[in-house]
Amino acid sequence: MAPTALQEKLNGLVNSMFAEGLLDEQFQQLQMLQDGSNPGFVAEVVTLFCEDSERILAELTKLMDQAVVDYSKVDAYVHQLKGSSSSVGAQNVKLACIQFRQFCEDNNKEGCMRALNVVKHEYYHLRSKFETMLHLENRIQAYETKQQS
Amino acid sequence: MAVVATETQFRVLAVDDNLLDRKLIERLLKTSSYQVTTVDSGSKALQYLGLQDDQINSPSVSSDQHDINLVITDYCMPEMTGYDLLKKIKESSSLKDIPVVIMSSENMPSRINRCLEGGAEEFFLKPVQLSDMNRLKPHILRGKHKEQHQQQVLQNNNNTSRNNNSNKRKAMDDEISPKMTRPRFSSSLTVL
Repeated sequence: MAPTALQEKLNGLVNSMFAEGLLDEQFQQLQMLQDGSNPGFVAEVVTLFCEDSERILAELTKLMDQAVVDYSKVDAYVHQLKGSSSSVGAQNVKLACIQFRQFCEDNNKEGCMRALNVVKHEYYHLRSKFETMLHLENRIQAYETKQQS
Repeated sequence: MAVVATETQFRVLAVDDNLLDRKLIERLLKTSSYQVTTVDSGSKALQYLGLQDDQINSPSVSSDQHDINLVITDYCMPEMTGYDLLKKIKESSSLKDIPVVIMSSENMPSRINRCLEGGAEEFFLKPVQLSDMNRLKPHILRGKHKEQHQQQVLQNNNNTSRNNNSNKRKAMDDEISPKMTRPRFSSSLTVL
């Protein structure tokens, strides 16, 4: 596919993510920070976010599996995830975390279990779009590198 | 994008336990032409600043001290919070003039006031944005003026020139007084 068509596809994907509320203006801030001297910045941040999120989701799953749930530990992890998702512009994930924290505060086990599922659902949905995004970016950059050599 | 038209590059120490946030603050600062060092805890920050736990009141500058013009730190960190770090810096005779900015994802007026009263120059709401970087320079410059003023007071035996300098410094302080103008800290509030 020609690079302009790839770029259009990438733009279309990102725009739809904004429109769906998957991403908010913080993601635009990240895009602004990517330039010639730092072409991989968005990819780096997105990758870090995914690694961090999956680590946290695994911990949360373990904690919620306990007979007696330690809500302060759960809340601490959700707080971390909320922070990361806020920093990367992952709006739906962030909102799901905010709901989750409310259930933690109320020590509501069922609410927390549901909230965890919502967070997971939002995260994996976002991750699959991020994967497509990075794949398109790689193809565009590979083409540009080839042009320069 | 902020363009800093000075010969000297200012050095910022960024403290955050979250890897993603460290990456972000590093990029924000570098894009704004600051030299950046990041650490993941308050105790590492103090080490980097040349302050071991038992040397808080040491008047001499440790040979390990790096010349930092500003510290920007997250509030919520395990073991040592950003507020604890702020207090340790302000209680150190060698470090107290380094401006400290605190970042937090929580918009809690009591927390914000506590930090400002503890000597923080500013309080940034996370996620920190490029436009927030423009607010750092006045604090850095004031810190440098304090440093230079202290050096001049030590070296200077000319009364007239000392008086002139202290008047200039006072005017500068009045212009950029940190304590009273607080509405700015919420100007970059992201609606949740």
